[in-house]
Amino acid sequence: MKLLLTLTSAITALLSSKSVLAEYGLNMTQGITDISKDIYGLHMMVFWVCVAIGVVVFGAMFYSIIAHRKSKGAKAAHFHESTTVEFLWTGIPIIILIAMAIPASKTLIDIEVLDKADMTVKVTGIQWKWQYDYPEEGISFVSNLAQSSRDVVNGTPEEREAVNNDDTYLLSVDKHLVLPVDTTIRFLITSSDVIHSWWVPEFAVKQDANPGFINDAWAKPTEIGTYRGQCAELCGKDHGFMPIVVDVVSQADYAVWVETMQAEKVAELASATQVWTEADLVAKGETVYNANCSGCHQKNGAGIPGVFPAMIGSEVANGPAAYQLNLVINGMGGMPAFKMLSDSDIAAVITYERRSFGNNGSVVQPSDVTSAR
Amino acid sequence: MSSTTTAAAHDHHHHGPEKGLLRWVKTTNHKDIGTLYLWFSFVMFLIGGAFAMGIRSELLQPGLQLFEPQMYNQLTTMHGLIMVFGAIMPAFVGLANWLIPMMVGAPDMALPRMNNWSFWILPFAGTILLSTFFMEGGAPAFGWTFYAPLSTAFAPDSTDFFIFAIHLLGFSSIMGAINIIATVLNMKAPEMRLMDMPLFVWTWLITSFLLIGAMPVLAGAVTMMLTDRNFGTAFFDATGGGDPVMFQHIFWFFGHPEVYIMILPAFGIVSHIIPTFARKPLFGYSSMVYATASIAFLSYIVWAHHMFLTGMPVAGELYFMYATMLIAVPTGVKVFNWVATMWRGSMTFETPMLWALSFVILFTIGGFSGLMLGIVPADIQYHDTYFVVAHFHYVLVTGALWGIIAAVFYWLPKWTGKMYNETLGKVHFWWALVSVNVTFFPQHFLGLAGMPRRIPDYALQFADFNYISSIGSFSFALSFLLFTYIVVDCIRNGKPADARPWESAKGLEWTLPVPVAYHSFEEPPTRAEILAESQHS
Repeated sequence: MKLLLTLTSAITALLSSKSVLAEYGLNMTQGITDISKDIYGLHMMVFWVCVAIGVVVFGAMFYSIIAHRKSKGAKAAHFHESTTVEFLWTGIPIIILIAMAIPASKTLIDIEVLDKADMTVKVTGIQWKWQYDYPEEGISFVSNLAQSSRDVVNGTPEEREAVNNDDTYLLSVDKHLVLPVDTTIRFLITSSDVIHSWWVPEFAVKQDANPGFINDAWAKPTEIGTYRGQCAELCGKDHGFMPIVVDVVSQADYAVWVETMQAEKVAELASATQVWTEADLVAKGETVYNANCSGCHQKNGAGIPGVFPAMIGSEVANGPAAYQLNLVINGMGGMPAFKMLSDSDIAAVITYERRSFGNNGSVVQPSDVTSAR
Repeated sequence: MSSTTTAAAHDHHHHGPEKGLLRWVKTTNHKDIGTLYLWFSFVMFLIGGAFAMGIRSELLQPGLQLFEPQMYNQLTTMHGLIMVFGAIMPAFVGLANWLIPMMVGAPDMALPRMNNWSFWILPFAGTILLSTFFMEGGAPAFGWTFYAPLSTAFAPDSTDFFIFAIHLLGFSSIMGAINIIATVLNMKAPEMRLMDMPLFVWTWLITSFLLIGAMPVLAGAVTMMLTDRNFGTAFFDATGGGDPVMFQHIFWFFGHPEVYIMILPAFGIVSHIIPTFARKPLFGYSSMVYATASIAFLSYIVWAHHMFLTGMPVAGELYFMYATMLIAVPTGVKVFNWVATMWRGSMTFETPMLWALSFVILFTIGGFSGLMLGIVPADIQYHDTYFVVAHFHYVLVTGALWGIIAAVFYWLPKWTGKMYNETLGKVHFWWALVSVNVTFFPQHFLGLAGMPRRIPDYALQFADFNYISSIGSFSFALSFLLFTYIVVDCIRNGKPADARPWESAKGLEWTLPVPVAYHSFEEPPTRAEILAESQHS
């Protein structure tokens, strides 16, 4: 009874806050794919079966607690051991379980069996961001937690409310994954360092990203919109700060997006052949650094002693550029490889590291990166 | 009745505790060692609880207020490790030490010196584990499940100390288990047959076999981690031909029996308390024994239900789903048995009974969410969310811990010869019951709404339930100050208790006079005495 009271008070507390009702989920999302709706149905079916069993078992228990108490003069019976009863309460649960297992198996086979996908997206988990590759379209980009969320993590509640009145605090990224609606998309999921898990609740896709192995999953989104998810497997320090944002758009909008991305890539390649000024490199480098490096080496370059080396006074940043180029491009030990960044991004971030934080290393040009690869 | 025992205190031999601190260092006595285990586990429970308070304080509001993410991960990791290996497991071993010799009509444990050693390893292992907080790079921060490669190539240096501590804790557990098996099988009264044994003894006997089967597998897992980290092997590294998912298979082959190690003895405890306060024999003694054995067997063949999202083939997922669902059957048998025991009884509601009754309800709620998690398609949405956190806290806090607290109140009068304060006991119960549900029930909603576990900060739509959960957890923690007071007050100022303080309690332990003699049964109980005290009559 106290349990019920507790529940009621928790729910009342929830309902009393108006803003909550709008966006709060008490329950699993139904999602926007056929599979996610099947899963929701399965979830509710098992839930109600559990509720029914609970009502019967706890009902019998509470009846007994109320009716068969010594203070009411109840005399204890002495029955025990009954093969019939034991047989019944072993057999009936088995029947209920089989009844649950049949639809569960059917949905599971629907999830695991995919004949033909219309397109493929490769998802790579990297501490602590996601890389998306569209192998057929030649598009590749890295998606980081949005700077707007990063800025207010240590801020006041008011700052968080102000920056994120659209309720996307920690659920927004700089570059969204864009997918066409009504299309069967196969996701190839892997990792370049530790295990991550790529989860978009509305797709009912959650799949571990294992380093050195490729898992697959698929979804056929049926509604246009923006959907948000998070990494679901503990992957180190910033596990809580690598969200996923997917824009499901019309097929026409998707075609436009693909063209824009391909044009950007051409422009990016062209810029890499030019010679940049130090100021331009440092300015661009700061953005790249804050998105990719500050998680470990810290925004102020102080690092975390014993775990992540400092930029301030770093032997690498003040030493020969060739060594640092190799370190950033190919990684070493706990330092991940950043070869997915463009030549100008790598040149910019290395220059920023070598010319800021009181360091006095040389400037690195995009062409240096091209030849170092 | 208490004075008619055969084991009247023949204390005039030379046996008796040594004086002073050395008594506790050198003791080979099952009651002393049981006491040491229980106090040690209580201290660890408070430390693990302090970590939980750190976690819930950080989660009280969105944003990072108290801890950097790395420190937060250290807290969640150490909270899990300390609670599992430092609090729950040693507490059950402590109960086994105190109770099993008295329940089987033995003078002491079969291997008393090993008993001393298996306890005294623990404080050192615990100290090594906790000392990692003060090392450069901090304590392990990869979760209590320490998945590779986060725990190998990407872990702080202190991980090697963690590995050593796990080895020590494993030695201790294995020795404790061997001792319990030897005691039950060799030291029980000659007239006591296996199917006369009380259920606490049965559940612990079965648990011991789980420990002996599972702990060496854990030792293997951490040894492979050690060599991967320091000696150039690549068990869990794909670039060297290994597989990080293999780590999870090995870990959960230990980990699933482990969760039953933490719950089976609690089943035994509840099976003592409910018949006592319902004044009615346990409904199905032998089916309870068989159900326990079935659960133990099944626990070895369901491990990969923790790994449905690792990329398992569909045949594997189907098998592990069916095997997992099957566990509901023997577990259901136990719950139905407890309810049938209450049915048409003559119930009273002393503190141990309150804990036992709420155990039945809350553990069953944890069992329901466990069944839901076993449904693979639904697990895609539940996996690694707060739904899982809610689930395992319902089975471990309101399951395992509830069983331990019920046992403490039930047998405290026997251990101390004194009665605790019943009113305060009930106040503490209701306080803890409300708080624990305010803490963990909203976490079901958080998980379903999409909040992943092990994150130090969360999106704003999770704020309200986290706030409620944190408030509940603070209240739950405070309730243990009262618990401490009740226990200490009982030991110091309790009124003398009868040898059999509960009028219809059955079991050989109640035939011993209080305060209990240093050695339990110097002469074995007779067949008639055993039958009179058995649970199946």
